[in-house]
Amino acid sequence: MESAIVCKNLTKYFGTHRVLNDLNFNIARGKITTILGFSGAGKSTLLKHILGLEHPTSGEISVLGQNLQNIQKLELREFRRKFGMLFQYAALFDSMSALDNVAFPLKEFTKLSKKEIKEKAEALFLSVGLESRSFHLYPGELSGGMRKRVGLARALALDPEILLYDEPTTGLDPITTKMVNELIVSTSERLKDRAVTSVIISHDIRATLKISDYVAFLDQGKIVEHLPVNDFKESTNEKIRSFIDL
Amino acid sequence: MGHTLKNNIELLGRVVIDFTKEFGHFANHLTKIVYWFFRPPYRFDLLFEQLYFIGNKSLFITCLTSSFSGMVMCFQTYNGFKVISADTFIGPIVAISLAKELAPVFTGLIVAGRAGSAMSAQIGSMKVTEQIDALEVMGINSYQYLALPRIIAGTLSLPILSCIFLFIGNIGSWLIATKVLMIEEVVFFSKFSDFIFFEDILQGIIKAFFFGFVISAIGTYQGFNVEGGALGVGKATNKSVVWSMVIILVLDFFLTTVLARIL
Repeated sequence: MESAIVCKNLTKYFGTHRVLNDLNFNIARGKITTILGFSGAGKSTLLKHILGLEHPTSGEISVLGQNLQNIQKLELREFRRKFGMLFQYAALFDSMSALDNVAFPLKEFTKLSKKEIKEKAEALFLSVGLESRSFHLYPGELSGGMRKRVGLARALALDPEILLYDEPTTGLDPITTKMVNELIVSTSERLKDRAVTSVIISHDIRATLKISDYVAFLDQGKIVEHLPVNDFKESTNEKIRSFIDL
Repeated sequence: MGHTLKNNIELLGRVVIDFTKEFGHFANHLTKIVYWFFRPPYRFDLLFEQLYFIGNKSLFITCLTSSFSGMVMCFQTYNGFKVISADTFIGPIVAISLAKELAPVFTGLIVAGRAGSAMSAQIGSMKVTEQIDALEVMGINSYQYLALPRIIAGTLSLPILSCIFLFIGNIGSWLIATKVLMIEEVVFFSKFSDFIFFEDILQGIIKAFFFGFVISAIGTYQGFNVEGGALGVGKATNKSVVWSMVIILVLDFFLTTVLARIL
């Protein structure tokens, strides 16, 4: 199977503290892969490496065939447009309306006319299940679930090849969690023909088992298991079992 | 005794190290600003937005402060000068004080309190809510997008506000002198051309230019270096105002010394 992200002997130290420890694993293209682990396991650091926001102390990471160590800073900025990211708390720009948040990447990076940008932003807005009456609401006026939807619409604006979700269900109530999970799956289904890869950083085991195609379990900077979700459910690893049987 | 001395030396060492580190980070911040200044895209819409916020929105408070400063200066100068019957010098003395010192320094302090603090708070809250990360992930340089327009706008706005301060301050002085202290208008203006020169006004403008840069550089720097949540934003805002005010007053001394020789 084709890989979207390849980590080879990826190691990262912060001072003397080793956060990522000789990681070797591939993330399958066009699939939903969840990187699961305890707090402090190195999930967020790994995410930053995928985005090129951090560089490995040793080893390498390639994304969509591009080795991120061999790329110039300005090229890396261009390259990041291949990513769409949904942040833990959506990270919407609070000085802009919800619709302007979605339109923002289009304004910055496309040569579309104002009318085309508005039309595309509205279409994206509606595609994630939001209603037109929320167009002009500001982030402070949106519920947690609505913020996530707007964040996802913004992440999809530039037709990314990789969608990253950072703890998408943390701090949400069960109903909103279900809604966000369904949204991730439906988005992935919708983008299947473009083979968009979804990478989820999470410690929500229930959601992970429901929505993922593959699960990688990160513990103390090492990938302990990386399996298709059904095999993962049967893992005999003690730590994974303690997670699953919780 | 020896123990206390050791502690004091350690403390001094820590202060020096902290200061050097902070200075290094600040220099790094300025380097990034200079680097991105010359790189497209040039976001004029954001620049005008900041010019409006820093310049236009500070206009009322500048006018209010300057009018009262001019009036107070006039009163105080009159009280001192009437003793030696030098009433004719009141107008030019107030004007020269305003032009060289009060207008740039007071405007700087006003903008530091109003716009400098707002810069730190806005950028700081964007940092703690991952909005800056969102910009970076999109491939937008946060320094170019957030800091640069604020620094250019601050640097351009302050000289203009300072000139307005000077103008309104002189009107306040004229009002008090001619309408309250009953000094003849002809007398009030008689010595202006002998005492006020373009160089005096230019000195104030140059100072304001530097103060504008310092305020916005410190404001944005503190914003980008917020750590923690709301508490961190509060601390950064506070630091931004305190540091801006202190540096304005210190820089004023050095600029006065240098400009007095050049102009």
